[in-house]
Amino acid sequence: MPGKTYVQTNINGEHVDFLCEPRQSLLECLRDVIGLTGTKEGCNDGNCGACTVEMDGRIVTSCLVLGVEVEGKEITTIEGIADGSTLHPIQQSFLENAALQCGICTPGFIVASKSLLDQNPDPTEHEIRFWLANNLCRCTGYDKIIRAVQDAAVKMQEA
Amino acid sequence: MKWIDYATPHSVREAVDVLSEAGGRARVMAGGTDLLVALRAGVYDIDLVVDGKNIPELNEITYDPTNGLTLGAAVACYKIYGNQAVATAYPGLIDAASLIGGTQIQGRASLGGNLCNATPSADSIPPMIALNGTANIAGPNGNRQVAIEDFCTGVRQNALGSDEILVSLHFPAPVANSGANYIRFIPRNEMDIAVAGAGVSVVLDNGDIKEARVSLASVAPTPLFVQEAGDAIAGKPANDETVRIASGIARDAARPITDMRGTIEFRQHLCEVLTRRALNTAIERAKENN
Repeated sequence: MPGKTYVQTNINGEHVDFLCEPRQSLLECLRDVIGLTGTKEGCNDGNCGACTVEMDGRIVTSCLVLGVEVEGKEITTIEGIADGSTLHPIQQSFLENAALQCGICTPGFIVASKSLLDQNPDPTEHEIRFWLANNLCRCTGYDKIIRAVQDAAVKMQEA
Repeated sequence: MKWIDYATPHSVREAVDVLSEAGGRARVMAGGTDLLVALRAGVYDIDLVVDGKNIPELNEITYDPTNGLTLGAAVACYKIYGNQAVATAYPGLIDAASLIGGTQIQGRASLGGNLCNATPSADSIPPMIALNGTANIAGPNGNRQVAIEDFCTGVRQNALGSDEILVSLHFPAPVANSGANYIRFIPRNEMDIAVAGAGVSVVLDNGDIKEARVSLASVAPTPLFVQEAGDAIAGKPANDETVRIASGIARDAARPITDMRGTIEFRQHLCEVLTRRALNTAIERAKENN
């Protein structure tokens, strides 16, 4: 039976090392090994996007990444989005636009939305919907989420 | 997920050695977007996952207008459509790479993985067949090439031996007046499995079809290369009647089943419509590509 593997990585700008079994997903490692429980588990098969994190500059579903794969990578989770106690404009926008109800999809939506606005500061509604097609929300009906991202894009451009 | 071990070979040679030692109890992982789901579902009974993402040849994109495109088997979809030269030269490939899964899946999933996974509904395989692609395979006795239409041998079964690894995919350079397209039918706008799909390519010569290739998704145990559809229209004028002939042959070649995604009759109808529309788009692209 294989043993645990020692993994060194960078999460939210900080060096992190942890031990995991090769079968454990990055999602399990974040939540159960490292204690970063902001990243949520929804479907655990890549459909819902609740576990979205950024890995080396590209968003991925962390349920479909093995923990042992992140050796030497740079990971950003929802915990790395705010600046201390100051919310990121996207987080503020989600609050002001009531873009969440139960909240389980929200960390994934915010990480994915930030990644979009980092590369495309002024996306069209179509581009936002297309980019976020891998994130499911069963409460809001999406319109409020799209409006929150549009609102955040405006605020971030004004800033 | 049951216990697995994990190997990260740094060369093709090392990967082949690891696979040989595992004696069929291993699978190679590229993006993991299918493999990890399948492992959790117990689809494969293996002890070892061999990560291909640290092997240079599996992660390179090489393109030049003379020799064509060599695409590492583990190159993620977003890197393919993000490569301007490749996107311009192979729009038919980009059609598929940009509609597999959503943004997050495209950050990991690869066309090599989609091919090895060998599901009938794989979106990238029909356009790779239409583009005359070849799979470059390495094994203990050296390298070999397999035409992509011969790679899938059954549902989730492929031509690889247990000690072989798919290194890359090769596509010939697009000739003047050529065009390709892949389209599929899904009940939603995004993120769904093809009820049927059609990948086609054409080469035009003074308004006539010089060559055409047609391939279908989700209507047989493997992606289906409908060679007779292309052969039947070679030499004919690139018009509606010619497109209708090929589309009818594609419909008749389909061997679909009825399942929760669609019935036999609906899928046969889709093959006709999708082949017609894909051929029309490919002909338009060929006219622009001179």
